[in-house]
Amino acid sequence: MRNTFEEQLRLLNQELLEMGALIEHAIQSASEALIKQDVESANSAITFDHEVDQKERDIESLCLKLLLQQQPVARDLRLISAALKMITDMERIGDQAADISGIVIYLAGKPYIKSLEHLPQMAEASIRMVSGSIDAFINKDLALARDIIAMDDVIDDLFDTIKGELITLIQTDPENGEQAIDLLMIAKYFERIGDHAQNIAEWAEFSITGVHKGTEL
Amino acid sequence: MNKFEITNLDLYYGQLQALKDVELKIAERQITAFIGPSGCGKSTLLRTLNRMNDLVEGCRITGKVMLDGQDIYNGNLDTTMLRKRVGMVFQKPNPFPMTVYDNVAYGPRTHGVRGKAKLDDIVEQSLRDAAIWEELKDRLRKNALGLSGGQQQRLCIARALAVEPEVVLMDEPTSALDPISTSRIEDLCVTLRAKYTIIIVTHNMQQAARISDNTAFFLLGEIIEYGNTEKLFSNPRDKRTEDYITGRFG
Repeated sequence: MRNTFEEQLRLLNQELLEMGALIEHAIQSASEALIKQDVESANSAITFDHEVDQKERDIESLCLKLLLQQQPVARDLRLISAALKMITDMERIGDQAADISGIVIYLAGKPYIKSLEHLPQMAEASIRMVSGSIDAFINKDLALARDIIAMDDVIDDLFDTIKGELITLIQTDPENGEQAIDLLMIAKYFERIGDHAQNIAEWAEFSITGVHKGTEL
Repeated sequence: MNKFEITNLDLYYGQLQALKDVELKIAERQITAFIGPSGCGKSTLLRTLNRMNDLVEGCRITGKVMLDGQDIYNGNLDTTMLRKRVGMVFQKPNPFPMTVYDNVAYGPRTHGVRGKAKLDDIVEQSLRDAAIWEELKDRLRKNALGLSGGQQQRLCIARALAVEPEVVLMDEPTSALDPISTSRIEDLCVTLRAKYTIIIVTHNMQQAARISDNTAFFLLGEIIEYGNTEKLFSNPRDKRTEDYITGRFG
């Protein structure tokens, strides 16, 4: 029953997985570019962002078509409305990976004022959060969604650590203040990626339970 | 405040049990929707509320149906008075083959209202309440059978309102109507809620979601789930409700 609709919902999941893969690649490329000071990787993250934007529009149209044609209710309505909210966060993640890459390109050829240490950890954690949040939605995995929501604290803690280090660095060596601010911005972008992944996981939770951030919508 | 309180209600058509242990409280001045697949008992329960099933041979009812605290199946309640208090609108518009005016005045005349001025007032007010006065005020002496389907249905609603009911039962009132007439009747229901308790049987899920405050989902003579409409359509408790409203069975 409702074969066409089931087929369209499968397509929606497939599109979300593809968009998820794109943003993971974008963060991965931005992270590699940062670690290796590699302009090529940085450029590739920026290219991914254009594809992410296109994917967002495709998924948006698909969701609107589903709302119009199928007039979904209950779990179908939650799934489609959650998807519509999630892609906004996913698109922002693409932007932030591109923003990180922009700074990396700016810093190319200049030696780092400190070992990166915590930034790669932030990158790794943010990729785990992004892929986990999308998997939680696709596989209707409530436990995973909640794990991802809790994981945001790890990224926030890493951000605070990096911020503290950079403050000390600026105090002791004001000459390198500009790069310290650039690195802080990169850390902030990773921290924001974590926030967006948390949002996605919260919509995954809503799609499964009908409860969003503790409130029944 | 509950208008109806139904407890432990079983209904049989001969050997067939059409309603099983129905428990339901219907709030006053709200719109309650009954949904469910064909043959699930929703129209049967609707007709139970003004004893229309009394007319069905072999129909047997046990349990209680309380209207404002009075059991309508046990006591001295006069069915004519009951049906004045609990009016009904059917799936297919069924105006009497007489003028628009006489259709609306029929009920009040039956209940002894006399005097042209008084009847004129009732006819106008009822047609206004049914959102059809402007369209029909110059055609009051025309035969009602000449009206469009949507106008006929609103005329039937006006006819039901003319005897000043407290409850209006509607059995798929828009299933034979085009989308514009349907939306007029839906708007009308929402307006009427201020004065009347409305209970509507509908196969149109979106209609139930749009206009009702509470929804009851029926399956095989039982109420599977009953509650706030928004909640039921966004996050139903029972898997059978979920499967039905999302079109996975039924």
